[in-house]
Amino acid sequence: MSIPLAIYGLVAVCAAAMVITRTIAVHALVYMVATLLALACVFDTLGAPFAAALEVIVYAGAIMVLFVFVVMMVNLGRPDQEREKSWLTVGTWIVPALLALILLCTLLFGASHVTADPMPMAAGGPIGPQAVGLRLYGPYLLTVELSSFLLLAGLVSAFHIGRRIGERQE
Amino acid sequence: MWYVLVILVTVFGVLGVAALSTMLERRLLGFFQDRPGPNRVGPFGLLQVVADAIKMLFKHDWIPPFADKTIFVLAPIIGFLCVLLSFAVIPVTANWSVAGDLNVGLLFVFGMMGMAVYSVVLGGWSSNNKFALLGGMRAAAQMISYEVFMGLALMGVIMTTGSFALNDIVAAQSHCWFIIPQFLGAIIFLMAGIAETHRLPFDLPEGENELGAGFHTEYSGMKFGMFFLAEYAGVALISCLITTLYLGGWQGPLLPPVVWFVLKAGFLICFFILLRAALPRPRYDQLMAFGWKVLLPLSLLNTVVTGAILLLRASA
Repeated sequence: MSIPLAIYGLVAVCAAAMVITRTIAVHALVYMVATLLALACVFDTLGAPFAAALEVIVYAGAIMVLFVFVVMMVNLGRPDQEREKSWLTVGTWIVPALLALILLCTLLFGASHVTADPMPMAAGGPIGPQAVGLRLYGPYLLTVELSSFLLLAGLVSAFHIGRRIGERQE
Repeated sequence: MWYVLVILVTVFGVLGVAALSTMLERRLLGFFQDRPGPNRVGPFGLLQVVADAIKMLFKHDWIPPFADKTIFVLAPIIGFLCVLLSFAVIPVTANWSVAGDLNVGLLFVFGMMGMAVYSVVLGGWSSNNKFALLGGMRAAAQMISYEVFMGLALMGVIMTTGSFALNDIVAAQSHCWFIIPQFLGAIIFLMAGIAETHRLPFDLPEGENELGAGFHTEYSGMKFGMFFLAEYAGVALISCLITTLYLGGWQGPLLPPVVWFVLKAGFLICFFILLRAALPRPRYDQLMAFGWKVLLPLSLLNTVVTGAILLLRASA
């Protein structure tokens, strides 16, 4: 494993841990953005610059901004922070920690038994945007079409919810 | 060694241009409004920049006790960093750019613009002030919306060139600048660019007659200075992008390439300032409605027509 990849991975894991343990929602979201940026770096190191750019634009740049927007609108204050603190007791950590430990053991076991090249860097260098586009509109066309259905459904329902109440129905 | 030099010159060049354009803006506004403007400090008032910088650095940098300190300090840093990073992919000449042939160059710029939204949103939220919060929310909605039209307007250029690398885009304009076949796209990009940098007439996030100073109401000293510089660097960035994408970048007859690039970008910066002097500010709902109801359909139309022409030309 290359050193940059290890650093990005470590940053992502640490930031993700901070996301869970923050009691102020906006702080958690900022750490979440850091996690996503670290993941984008991981993608780029693995030879997928296009996926990395999309990760930054779509997840860190658009979806997380909407999350921050919503949290700002409800404007959680000091009482919510206290309540969050009272929820995060030692007891709540036990079961999730055990489950995560099982996953960690499996991961370590798997990692120690890998025989092939542990870092599947794309053969023939990084994959450019053109190659990704050709694959999307070639073998994966059905998936693209299905996701466009999903987006259309989302758009229609957003339009329905967002219409002015009392406006004449046509 | 060459690489380090390029990076250093880019960073300090951007800082210098951003600082100078604050002075240039006040001088030009004075000229447009038939008054002298700042002309006392140094020759032509040029040292006004230095005076402003000294004032800003020595002002009391006050963090309000009711603010969220970490985020309050972080917000201007994010904004400034994102704008500076975007300059990395701008090719000033064929062999003068930090990463001009990055194969996702344009997407990198968009990623950084997406990140820049956080600076105003978090700045507005962490100030814990209702005017700042309102400004931050306006900024979030405005910047996310206009980023969409900006991206769609560019599709024509990307389809014609077949590449996201800015060097390739400039090289593709050797016989005809993209502003001629992509005129509609260029206009939409310009308008979205003004909204992205929240400059007048689209400066609703900081409209002073309704929101105090908007998202940076509580900021002072150098932290305010960073927001301020980031705004002017943003104007320079949009000017450089339009130059690169639509005005043929460094290409032009007779004069050396650097001069052409600086001339084109400088002209666009002056144009931004003229817009500030010439146009009144629309209402916020008018701004959003204009975006979604006019710019979005137009940019989609531009994409469809360009695609159809390219397909026809390919089959012919």
